Amino acid sequence: MYKLLLSWRYLRTRYIALASIVSVTLGVGTLIVVNSVMAGFAHEMHVRLKGILSDIVFESHSLDGFTRPDWHAKEIRKLVGDDLVSLTTAVHVPAIVHIKARGQLLPRQVMLIGVDEATYGDVSQFREYLLHEENRKQLSFQLREDGYGDKDHPLPPSGWQHRRAWTVIEKEYLKQQEEMYRESQKLEGKQPLPLKSGPEIPESPFARSKPDAEKTEEFDKSKEQYTGAILGIALGCIKQRDPEGKVKDYYLCRPGDDVTITFASAGEKPRALNQHFTVVDFYESKMSEYDSGFVFVPLKALQEARVMTDAVTTIQLKLKPGADLNAVRDKLRVRFPAEEYPYRIQTWRDMQGPLLSAVQMETTLLNILLFLIIAVAGFGILATFFMIVVEKTKDIGILKALGAPSRGVMSIFLSYGFSLGLVGSGAGMIGGLLFVVYINDIAKVVEWITGHEVFDPTVYYFSRIPTIIEPMTIVGVVFGAVLIAVMASVLPALRAARLHPVQALRYE
Amino acid sequence: MSVINQLTATKHTRGDVAPGQTARPHATFQGAKREFKKDGKPILAARNVFKSYRKGKLEVPVLRGVDFSIRPGEFTAVIGQSGSGKSTLLHLLGTLDAPDKGEIHFEGSRIDNLPAGQRDTLRNQQIGMIFQFYHLLPELSTLENVLTPLMIANGVFSYWRNKRQFVDRAKKLIDLVGLSHRLTHKPRELSGGEMQRAAIARALIAEPKLLLADEPTGNLDQKTGCEILDILKKLNREQNLTIVMVTHDQSIAAQADSIVSLVGGVVDKG
Repeated sequence: MYKLLLSWRYLRTRYIALASIVSVTLGVGTLIVVNSVMAGFAHEMHVRLKGILSDIVFESHSLDGFTRPDWHAKEIRKLVGDDLVSLTTAVHVPAIVHIKARGQLLPRQVMLIGVDEATYGDVSQFREYLLHEENRKQLSFQLREDGYGDKDHPLPPSGWQHRRAWTVIEKEYLKQQEEMYRESQKLEGKQPLPLKSGPEIPESPFARSKPDAEKTEEFDKSKEQYTGAILGIALGCIKQRDPEGKVKDYYLCRPGDDVTITFASAGEKPRALNQHFTVVDFYESKMSEYDSGFVFVPLKALQEARVMTDAVTTIQLKLKPGADLNAVRDKLRVRFPAEEYPYRIQTWRDMQGPLLSAVQMETTLLNILLFLIIAVAGFGILATFFMIVVEKTKDIGILKALGAPSRGVMSIFLSYGFSLGLVGSGAGMIGGLLFVVYINDIAKVVEWITGHEVFDPTVYYFSRIPTIIEPMTIVGVVFGAVLIAVMASVLPALRAARLHPVQALRYE
Repeated sequence: MSVINQLTATKHTRGDVAPGQTARPHATFQGAKREFKKDGKPILAARNVFKSYRKGKLEVPVLRGVDFSIRPGEFTAVIGQSGSGKSTLLHLLGTLDAPDKGEIHFEGSRIDNLPAGQRDTLRNQQIGMIFQFYHLLPELSTLENVLTPLMIANGVFSYWRNKRQFVDRAKKLIDLVGLSHRLTHKPRELSGGEMQRAAIARALIAEPKLLLADEPTGNLDQKTGCEILDILKKLNREQNLTIVMVTHDQSIAAQADSIVSLVGGVVDKG
């Protein structure tokens, strides 16, 4: 009883000891903030990494892919059973997309992905990242009238609206060019030649045998579209600061514009194929690697263009939440051994392993470093406690004279250390949690004071700092800090317990 | 009968009792020594006790074969020059320290070689101690200081269960030493005499059989010293409490029933 009473009294009367635990408070607070922010980042990364990856992916080794996707689907369904939510097939092929902007063709190296409109959206979160509301509900490669963009990401006028307007401008521009050309020819005294808009296509030898009706009919850009393509937002738009320092989007193309994509055909001797596509939407996963590296087109169109019949290069599976990915993957690996089948089976974690483990390692390192800070605080407590024990020498003698056992004297100081640790880490916990909750406001204040942007949206694609508060982490941090405080008080407490009562009483 | 009941019984007469003028004829302190039964077993005895301290390489002998015994209910003064080893002797009697040689007996059994735990319990429950410098805990109020031995003896739960009873007992004792108006004061807010009164109440809370006093008046002025001494004498007389008091002051020692005089580390028989 006296132990509790005395440690409580010491806690309330010795402010120097409270000063010594400020570092515990700071350490605990920082740990909580760092862990929450890192957990937030990791979670965002998980979500984004997984964004267009499904749970389990079959990936063919070659660009030609593998045939009989339907048979595979049947086998997989049989094997995975109830855990399987949905399954889709796709074709991945490296490609170059040429975007026409400011009168020039801008090439971008991408992965061209042919996806099944009906099932692809169910397998990954791909659909959620599209910028047209209707497309988010049901994926479609048809250009929409308008309504692109949303609150978070406003787009300039796009869709058919934009396409029609742009066709008019283009026509006027061509007419102007033609007139200028005529003028210049006239000045040089030459007979103007009819101007063609585009390279001349040599007539096919088979063209004559075909009914000409379709062929002669010109492609009317204002009414028709090429096969639809969905581009990553970073392909069609550049994030940059304007002279005032605000982050602005500069669009190279937008839904309604046409792009040319160059990709390889399937087969022994791949040829480069050039095809026009119409941008029908953007997707923004906020993962710059994806946003600048993928173009989605309809699966059928790509298979046809590459002459690969029904072959696909990937099969993606979505499993029920909580299903054991690794177990399912291993089951599939047994059924489709790598020796026989030309693809590898991986979970999304396997595919993004290095990145995920890098984040994990960063978190671990930061935790170690910050716990070292708390350990340093522990030495502060140790020193302060030795001082307090010296100061309390007489009192320890009194207690012993009154019959308090050494163990009791020791536990006074241990429980004092414990309560100090509890107070310090409690304050740190409250401070840390408040910091996490108001982190974005704090960032704004810091921005306002220093004039520097704390969190650069051009780098991270997040508009706010993501945080996740994990109760278990907080419990662990507080427990660790209290443990360090108790451990730091062990030595002084032992010293107090070993004091000889007579010498302690003589001490003046 | 417990000490408390005796205390309550005597509470009302406290004010009337002044040295030299009391209704009880046998309790005249300045007068002849009280008679004790010669065959009464000693409650406390020192048998050929040696103790020396080390000062660097030098060994300073303090007690060189001290031998005496104290019977129950006796008020004994241990007297000696500064450095004659009287405080050391008191510490040995109170098991705060162990003799180099010799034995200490309490109620017939040897106590100087008991294990630490048993010695702690003995100090807590059988032997009360007061000191020249009062030695109250500065963080605790008077009441809490008085309750400390009970807090030490009881665990958290048994203490809380009996708290009301303990507090009542403590209040009665504090009343007995005349400190009821200082219950919640911290030691730094008390005068020397008040602190010594609180220390006496603390020494008595566990109802010990023996009270060891280490120069209890040494730090007080004449008048306050006399008051403290009166309290001790009254306790000795009315509750038959055995008291061993160390002092260097002859006039104070003269008020005790018997005097043990320490000279050069041995009891001066003369």
